[in-house]
Parts: sequence; structure tokens; C-alpha cells
Amino acid sequence: MSAIPTVPELQDQPWHLPSRGRIGMLSLIIGESAIFTIFVVAYVFYIGKSLSGPTPGQVLEVPIFNTICLLSSSITIWLAERRIERNEIKAFGLWWGVTIALGVVFLVGTGLEWYKLIYHDGLTISTNLFGTTFYSLVGLHATHVVIGLAMLLLVLVFTLMGRVTEHHAERIQVLALYWHFVDAVWVVVFTVVYIVGR
Amino acid sequence: MADQTLPISGSVDVTPPHAAAGTFLERLHGWVVTVDHKKLGILYVVYSLIFLLVGGAEALAIRIQLMIPGNHFLTAATYNQFFTMHGTTMVFLVGMPILFGFANYLVPLMIGARDMAFPRLNAFSFWLTALGGLLLYFSFIGGPGLYGMGAAPDVGWFAYAPLTAHVFSPGNGTDYWALALIVSGFGTLGTAINIVATIISMRCKGMSLLRMPLFAWLMLVVSALTLVTITPLTAAQFMLLIDRYLGGHFFDTQAGGSALVWIHFFWIFGHPEVYVLVLPAFAIANEIIPVFSRKAIFGYPAMVAASVGIAFVSLGVWAHHMFTVGMTSVSNAFFVLSTMLVGIPTGIKIFNWLATMWGGKIRFATPMLYCTAFVFQFLIAGLTGIILSVAPWDWQLHNSYFVIAHFHYVLVGAIVFNIFAAIYYWYPKVTGRMMSERLGKWNFWLFLIGFHVTFDTMHFLGFLGMPRSIYTYEPNRGWNGLNMVVSIGAFIQGVAALIFVYNLVWSYFHGEVAGNDPWDAWTLEWATPSPPPDYNFATDPEVKSRRPLWDLKHPDDPDWKYE
Ligand SMILES: [Cu+2]
Repeated sequence: MSAIPTVPELQDQPWHLPSRGRIGMLSLIIGESAIFTIFVVAYVFYIGKSLSGPTPGQVLEVPIFNTICLLSSSITIWLAERRIERNEIKAFGLWWGVTIALGVVFLVGTGLEWYKLIYHDGLTISTNLFGTTFYSLVGLHATHVVIGLAMLLLVLVFTLMGRVTEHHAERIQVLALYWHFVDAVWVVVFTVVYIVGR
Repeated sequence: MADQTLPISGSVDVTPPHAAAGTFLERLHGWVVTVDHKKLGILYVVYSLIFLLVGGAEALAIRIQLMIPGNHFLTAATYNQFFTMHGTTMVFLVGMPILFGFANYLVPLMIGARDMAFPRLNAFSFWLTALGGLLLYFSFIGGPGLYGMGAAPDVGWFAYAPLTAHVFSPGNGTDYWALALIVSGFGTLGTAINIVATIISMRCKGMSLLRMPLFAWLMLVVSALTLVTITPLTAAQFMLLIDRYLGGHFFDTQAGGSALVWIHFFWIFGHPEVYVLVLPAFAIANEIIPVFSRKAIFGYPAMVAASVGIAFVSLGVWAHHMFTVGMTSVSNAFFVLSTMLVGIPTGIKIFNWLATMWGGKIRFATPMLYCTAFVFQFLIAGLTGIILSVAPWDWQLHNSYFVIAHFHYVLVGAIVFNIFAAIYYWYPKVTGRMMSERLGKWNFWLFLIGFHVTFDTMHFLGFLGMPRSIYTYEPNRGWNGLNMVVSIGAFIQGVAALIFVYNLVWSYFHGEVAGNDPWDAWTLEWATPSPPPDYNFATDPEVKSRRPLWDLKHPDDPDWKYE
């Protein structure tokens, strides 16, 4: 018989460890931050190094409305998180839906911006260094928004099917952590691309 | 105590072994769909050992080519492919997966958990890694190159820009290289996340962070380091593919891009990567040296602090690979000093291992032989590292065989030696049988001799000015004899590796039955049967000290009284 050590005195003491979901998501966020850091560093390093136009100053407009939408989605998802803890499923679904809507508005805004840049200003990823770094960095962030939206939608579908209860609060909060991260990254991208880089 | 060690009734699998086995197809299916950390750990290790043989064969081909001047065994183009594939294989398809395989198998057992934190992510990560390896090797047959030939990557394992640009590397070899590393990189990221979450959130009752086996501690450090190490490479690979496929200009010097940026990004990954590989080797030594010295590890808190210290310092030394690109003297000085700083925590570790052995009742079984050789070889590797960290010295020896000798002293002399040690040590736990000690001794001594014949000699080739990556050389350079010696050593290592493989297979069928705890060890994995059942522990273990099995075996003199 295998001898598994057990210690009688320990048995009634509480033993609490952090949630594995949160630790896992935090680890992912650390890893993702490193990816973004490399792209941001490349962007900053190459500011003003393009050999030909167009330059950021000529073509970029500051996406204020977009930014407000994305950042406020962090607030609405936080409200949703609080609702699910208290098992107020309807209110949760509502705030969750608003979050998705705000995310979609952001994506559409980015799409319109890119449309203008490509078809009116003639800036593509291969035009110059600015194009390469701009589309890569903003595109990397937009990819994260798309992935986030897909996961948020999945939760919304389950909510509409009536499958989501307060038992899922922790998992939903772990997912929300990712969304907060995506929003936080936008603050950096926004600063670098639209303020410093212009 | 006895009744508390009994399993809860019904919690133990009583299916007779032959009934559980099933047909061959059922068993194969079981391995493919498994989410069990032990099976995945074995898959990782077997996968890596296969690639170890492949990468080793590539090294032998390289050594045959360099044996005599003006040789025509390999063409220049094939030679380039072989050294690129050898490096890429050994780092990404052998080093990382095998060490993560050990972590996968051992960490949950050591911390008293029943599986990893995310078993399905674990399986997903393994299969991503496996796909990455297949993708890389598919390039030999599937990458239509310039003339429709198979085209393995041939840009060196660090793939410096602008060589990787489309104009200079047509065909798909470089794309396979980048894609394979992106795919296996995501696998690595998944495993790293999993190990961090497992160690932080799945420890059994009483296993506080400072009671964890050092193996688990170092795997925590390695995995946390991996999170920020493998990801910059992934990012840089994406940039490379954007350049190659979408006409981007990240590394395109014609359009204002900079080749230097790639070099920085690569070594921001590349240097910490060395520690991602070597810290698990330390972890193995931390388990084996105490058990075979019959003493608790010396300076446990110092070991933990040194490991964390190494991880942090390793993030700030990357440009010591770049002294010859022409940095300012301020940056040169910074990277010289930060590199030398690594010597302090690693020195602490070496002293601690020696202090653990000091006065111990040392038993030189094969695992301990390997670990002992590791300590001294790693010391020499560290010393040549400090020599190379001096910028003017590096200007002289950069990209010479001295550098090759230095990093192979780390990768082979430290890491491969401890991989062998780990396999000899934990094989009984995994298979239930001991590996043959007689073959083990042959394996060790031949490998030790081969290693020193090859890599000690290589340092002198470096002093004599032989550069790396050249496919042949002229007879009047004075390198002939030394190259012959290096190649002979390589073949001795090859023979040792074959003995090792034979030992693995032979012992599986004929090895002595091991029992639960053949080495009289102290960590939790030895409390389970060999091999451990699917659920690991029938009852959740609880621990009070760093050596729970010592406490169990010596109730009169338990460790927790002194910790
Ligand atoms: Cu380095």
C-alpha cells in the first residue's frame, strides 16, 4: 500500500489558495503584455523613420468617440460582473449586451478608419514603415478585441438560453479580466499612435 | 499513523491491469485523447527524445563534414540547413518540451495534486508543440524552394535580418521556420500558464510556498520567465511574416527599417531562453543531489532567492550577444556588468550544491554521477561565460568556435547531463522498473569522455580563429587535427546516446522491479505506487515540512520540528 502522508493536526485548519482561473488569466495577460510591448517598442522606434509619405500627421485623426466607447465598455462589464455575483441574471445580460455593443462600435470605428486610410490616403501595410507598424499594432489590438467579442458573445448566448447562474460568476469575472486588459492596452496604443506618434 | 495512510474505500482503481490495457488501437486512442498530466508528460519526453536523436544525427553529419579540410560530405547549402535545423531542433523541439515534460509529470505529484490546473489546455499545448515540430521537419520534403526542391530553413537558428528577407531567402524554408516556432511557441505559452496556475493554486494542504520541493519552485520561476521570454519571439516572428508575406518593412533596411531591431528582439528572447533551459536542469540537481548525499538541501531559501534573482537579471543582459554590432560604450559597459552579475546567484547555487554534498554519505548511482559532472561542467561553462562577457574579449572571439564551445558546455554539459540524470532517477517511478545500472555507467562514462573530447577541444579551435557556420576550411589553417578530435568525441557521444536508448528499451522489459521508493527519497511523488495511478493520490496528502516522506519514515525525528 502506498503511504500517503497525512497530518492529523492540519485537518481542521482552513487551506485557501488563489483561484486557478484568475492565476491562469493573469499569466496569459503577462505573456500578452510582452507581445504588445515588442510591437509598441517597434512602433516607437520607427516613428519618423519612414522614407516616404504619408506621415501620421497627414492622415491620422484622433478616434475620440471610439476610445470613449471602448473604455466605457470596461465600466459596463464591471457592472455586469457585480450583477452576476448577486444572481441578477437579467441585469447581468443587459450590461453584458451593452458591453458587446460598445465593443462592436469600436471595431466598426476602426474599420471605417482603415477604409479611409486605405482608399483615400493610399496607406497600406506595405506603403512605408509607418503603414507597417501602424496596421500591425492597431491590428494586433483589434484582433484581441475580436477574440474578446467572440467569447463575450458566447456568454451572451448561454445567458439568453438561461444557462448562466451565479455559479458562473468567477468564470465570467476571469473572462472580464481579459476584456479589461484589452481596454488597458488600448490606452497605451492610443497614447503611442495618436498622441506621441502624431 | 497507519490507518490514515489507507485509501478511502472505492477510491482506488481495482481493475486488473490486463483488463485495463485493451487492444492496441484502444490504447493508442487513449494516448491521443488523454488529458492526464502523467501521460502528457511521457508524450513530451518521448517526443523530445526522438528529436534529440534527429538533432544529434544532424550534429554528427556536421562533424563528418568538418572532420577533414575540403570535405564534400555535405554541400554548402545542405550544411547551412543542417546547422540551422540542429540548433532550432535542440532548443525548441528537445530542450523546452523535455523540461516541460518533466514538469508536467512531476509537479502535480510533488505538490500533492491530482492533475494540472487545466488538463485540457495541457493536452492542447502538447499537440500544438508536436505540430510545430512536424511543421519544421515537413520543410525538408514540403517546402518548394528555389528550384522546386525541398527547402529546410538555412538562415541559422537566430535568423538575422536582412538574410531572412524574401530577396535573400526565397522559397518557403524561412516561413516554415517562423510558423513552426509560432505554433510551438503558443504551445509553450499554454504550458507555462498551466504550470504557474498549478503551482500557485493546486498545492495540497500544508504545502506552503516555502515547503515546496525546489523542483516545483524552479519550475514556477521558469514558467513565469517563459511567459515573458517566448512571447517576444512570437511577436518578432509575426513581424518577420508580415515582412515576407504582406510586404512590410520592419526589418527592411531599404525602406528605413532596421536589421538591428531583429537582433535586439531575438536576443531579448534568446538570452532568457538559456535560463528557461538551464533552470530546470538546476531543478533536477536540487532533487537528486540531496537524495544521493543523504542530506537535506543546503540553503533552501538562498536557492529560491538565487533562482528568482537569475530570472530577473537574465532579462537585462541580452545585448552581450551584440558587442560586435557597434553599440555605444555606455551600453557595452552596462551589458558587461549586468552579465557578470549573473555570476553571483549562480555561484550561490554551486556553493549550495557542494555544501549539500559536503559531509554527506554520497552514493554514486548513475543519476548522481550525472549531477556531479553537471556541477563542475556548469562551473566551467559559467567561467567561460564571464570571459565572453568582457566586451573586448568578445570582439576577439565573437562567432568563433570558442562561443560554440561555451554554450554547448551549458546546453550539453549542464542541461543534457541533467536530462539523463532525471531520466535515470524518475524512470522507476514512471515505468515501475529500474534502468540498468551497468548500462548506465557505460552510458555515463562514454558520454563524459565524448563530451570533454569534443567541447574542451573546441575552445582551442576558437582561439585559433575558426569561425562558426563555415561548411569547410583550408588545410593550411592549423585546424585539421583539432577538428578530427572534436569529431571523434562527437561519435563517442553518439555511441553513449545509443546505449542510453538501448537501456531505456531494455529496462522497460527486463529492468528490476522498482517498488514505490527505490532511492529512499523524500518528496511526495515517491509516496505513490510506480507507476502512479490515474488519480495520483487516493487521499489528498497533507504535509508539514519540505520532506514529507522523511517525516513519515522518521516519526521520532521529523523535519517540521526544525523548520
Ligand atoms: Cu546570453
